[in-house]
Amino acid sequence: METDSMNSTTIPERMNIDRTRWSYLDCVLKKGGPFTDPEAVFGDGVISRIESAKILVIGAGGLGCEILKNLALSGFKDIHVIDMDTIDVSNLNRQFLFRESDVGKSKAECAAAFVERRVKGVKITPYNCKIQDKDESFYSQFSLVVSGLDSIEARRWINAMLVDMVDAEDPESLKPIIDGGTEGFKGQARVILPTISACYECQLDMHVPRQAVPLCTLATIPRQPQHCIEWAHIIAWEEHRKGTVLDTDDPEHVTWLYQKALTRAEEFNIIGVTYSLTQGVVKNIIPAIASTNAIIAASCSNEALKIMTGCNPFMDNYMQYSGDSGIYTYTFNFAKKDDCPVCGNLARDMQVNPKLTLEDFIASLSERAESQLKKPSIRKAGKSLYMQFPASLEEQTRPNLMKKMSELVEDGEEIAVADAALSIPFRYIIRYS
Amino acid sequence: MAPPIATTPPVLQGPSAKEKKYDRQLRLWGANGQQALESSHILLLNSGAGVVGVETLKNLVLPGTGTFTIVDEAVVCEEDLGVNFFLEQSSLGKSRGEECCRLLLELNPEVKGFHIQKTIADFVKRSDLSQYTLIILVAPVGSLDVASEVSQIAWDLRQPLIYVHSVGFYSHTSVQLPPSFPIVDTHPDPPSTQDLRLLQPWSELLAYAKTQTADLEAFSDHDHGHVPWILLLLHYLEKWKESHNGEFSVRDDKKAFREFVGSHARTDNAEGGEENYDEALTAANRALTLPTIPSDLKSLLLEEECQIPRNSSANFWLIVNAISTFIKKHSLLPLPGTVPDMKSQSKDYIALQSLYRQKSQQDISEVTSNVRALEHALNRHIPIPDAEISAFCKNAAFVKLIHGRKLIINPLKHGWNDNSITTIIEHTTTMNFVSGKPSLFPILIALYGFDSAIAAAASVRPESNNLLAAASASPGFFTLMETYIRDVFGKLDSTSEDLDEALQHTLNIAREIQRSGPGELHNISSLTGGMIAQEVIKIITKQYVPVDNCLVFDGIESASAVYRL
Repeated sequence: METDSMNSTTIPERMNIDRTRWSYLDCVLKKGGPFTDPEAVFGDGVISRIESAKILVIGAGGLGCEILKNLALSGFKDIHVIDMDTIDVSNLNRQFLFRESDVGKSKAECAAAFVERRVKGVKITPYNCKIQDKDESFYSQFSLVVSGLDSIEARRWINAMLVDMVDAEDPESLKPIIDGGTEGFKGQARVILPTISACYECQLDMHVPRQAVPLCTLATIPRQPQHCIEWAHIIAWEEHRKGTVLDTDDPEHVTWLYQKALTRAEEFNIIGVTYSLTQGVVKNIIPAIASTNAIIAASCSNEALKIMTGCNPFMDNYMQYSGDSGIYTYTFNFAKKDDCPVCGNLARDMQVNPKLTLEDFIASLSERAESQLKKPSIRKAGKSLYMQFPASLEEQTRPNLMKKMSELVEDGEEIAVADAALSIPFRYIIRYS
Repeated sequence: MAPPIATTPPVLQGPSAKEKKYDRQLRLWGANGQQALESSHILLLNSGAGVVGVETLKNLVLPGTGTFTIVDEAVVCEEDLGVNFFLEQSSLGKSRGEECCRLLLELNPEVKGFHIQKTIADFVKRSDLSQYTLIILVAPVGSLDVASEVSQIAWDLRQPLIYVHSVGFYSHTSVQLPPSFPIVDTHPDPPSTQDLRLLQPWSELLAYAKTQTADLEAFSDHDHGHVPWILLLLHYLEKWKESHNGEFSVRDDKKAFREFVGSHARTDNAEGGEENYDEALTAANRALTLPTIPSDLKSLLLEEECQIPRNSSANFWLIVNAISTFIKKHSLLPLPGTVPDMKSQSKDYIALQSLYRQKSQQDISEVTSNVRALEHALNRHIPIPDAEISAFCKNAAFVKLIHGRKLIINPLKHGWNDNSITTIIEHTTTMNFVSGKPSLFPILIALYGFDSAIAAAASVRPESNNLLAAASASPGFFTLMETYIRDVFGKLDSTSEDLDEALQHTLNIAREIQRSGPGELHNISSLTGGMIAQEVIKIITKQYVPVDNCLVFDGIESASAVYRL
């Protein structure tokens, strides 16, 4: 195919490299188009930029496998991938870089080796560990991060890390994050420019946490098969098998829970407890299919290519996708929030019932769409209200748990909420309702 | 001799190996959907760089689609290796269909795959297409006549056909469904599926509510806080009517009624309120609506095949007819019978749930006997399975009928006639009212221009087996696209300013297409392959709702739009 590479300014050592293989891609890298930024420069500079860029892929699962393939076929040559998981048989319906013989092996290592084998010239470096095991010095080496995670917690952690790393004096410190997520036939892709556009935390209330079933419902008045399963999971296991760590991947453990739940359901005339439902509830299984992963992962990779090369404008900044009924996408600018606890600089208002005890307030933080914190510690100016750690402080502040909020915090007063899962505390102004 | 009685239950009554592997998808389309997928045979008629079709197959092989066949005349060249993941170094010089087939089959040992190295024209001329469940045709086919021929054959066979373009940052997917494509299992969102009949309670429900709430005021705090909200609303509706001449107006009384209910919640208890009353207030808006017959279903009832079903009619039509009889008699749909979870004692909830279930069963029985009578009248000997009738009744409000339309391959020749021009102008000039961005319809017009230019290039060099190379070598390629686009706008009476703006935008899209080679970009083909695979799965399982009928994707704006053409 015809290219005009020889006419543009070329870097001498590139002259002899045969780019025939990349003919299709080079069409959009070697010249601009009617929608590209008129200032942008195309040609070998862009090609060497994409080839030398270090790019980090977080997650080597359903989205990760697709993203690695896509980035390798978008001209990236120095890709890194981090994932702590090993391959399970239930991954094989979509994580197409893995085979039955790979079950039990590291996802990051398997995926990296496969794509390296298939696409000549790409280098993929795997890290078989948690994202939290790596620090700022690790993350600062990348130009861009593409994440295909299945956990809100991990997304919040990496988001807070990359926002925190931005140094206004050093443009290199700003690493764009491209994040994808799927559930069934639905998904979303977003582009985050930390401190510049809405960050993951600004958008947290897009993911309303599933309402936890009250413990008393599980213990005394179950009505749904899920209630019986949760009872077996939370209460019966503790009672009968204390000391054995529950492994939801162990069929014996799941069978035990299933039978306990079934017996309880029969006792209350509840129908619908099955093995599959038991598994779904205790492992919090989200349906996942190859096609949706392909769509969202390719959207993320397309944005990565556009951001790194300027070959067309990138998405601003959020796309929702639904394939349940026809195909529907909604692409919009999600506004940055000034009172975002991670990237904003204002404390955020929080409506609270003054009669709530501190203990109930802390519990409610895990359910509120805007906070979703599991083990938070609470401080106000000059005073710790409740600290989870260290043990001595926990003991000192424990009596406060029984006190009403109105006894501890004035209306309009600011509190700081810290959680082990996040690197920075959240600030809220308490408003009594 | 009897075997010894086991003291502990067996451990492995868990899922089979296949259920384990497909667990995450079985939770979406179930064993029935999976069965349909496994017995299907997908035909891919590949052309161009051929990535979008192969990426589609990847997403179909993984979930266990039974069989696929790739028809592709191409031989693997160096350019393929930079854009197609299902080829490797050693594939160079070999049949592209064969190599893709081999590497796709590695993904799932349960799937069978075949390849045929022929031109599409040659293959279509000599093959029986009726053996395939669904056909995917990848543009540019080169000869628009061949594309039209495939469309005609599929139409005559009542076989679903998907026609796709993936060019640079753009893609287009058209779905040609048979003229009548009914779907029962549409998977509506759970909140929209509730039909509780609070404003039209059947006598058993009303009687039950009365006995359960007769002494409501005298209940202990514990009991008072555990009355299911359905019973609370029924109770206060009766009270309301007592003081309002026996009437409750959905339009005017809702707000005051909610306040009325709220005023009865106890606040002097330990919790300072009652959860069941809170639930009642939240649910009131949605629950206090008169049950209606949705418009989709209404139009179904007017279909000729519903009104006069034949001996050879699909089961679907007999059931619709039976439901139509049910509606005529009761002015209501069969009750779905599901009850959402709500604060209450276990036994009260279960009792309420079984009341709804019983009523639902009763309605299903009535519809079933209507079906049986109809079967008898039509002299049909194989009865429709009970489970099929029951599933239909439970989802009656959400069943859908899509009237498939024939593909438009070349709108200037056959397609955009005088009748459709207004619609086309609207599609072309209407801004996206949410984003304020231009319509995506011009992308489709530009892609038609691209087809026409490719066809012209192919007719100049019929011997070339790489149409794209031929096209890019042709200096007048953009002029060919431009001529076509201007012809289309000429047909659209381009005196309006909006249309002129749209024409300029369309020409820019053509420039962008020209800039891209015109070839495929892996990301756009992979994304489009994902969307096509979703459509294929929805069509084959007859679950969820497929696109009707033309989808455009813009990888620059990261946006899509669906048009009915």
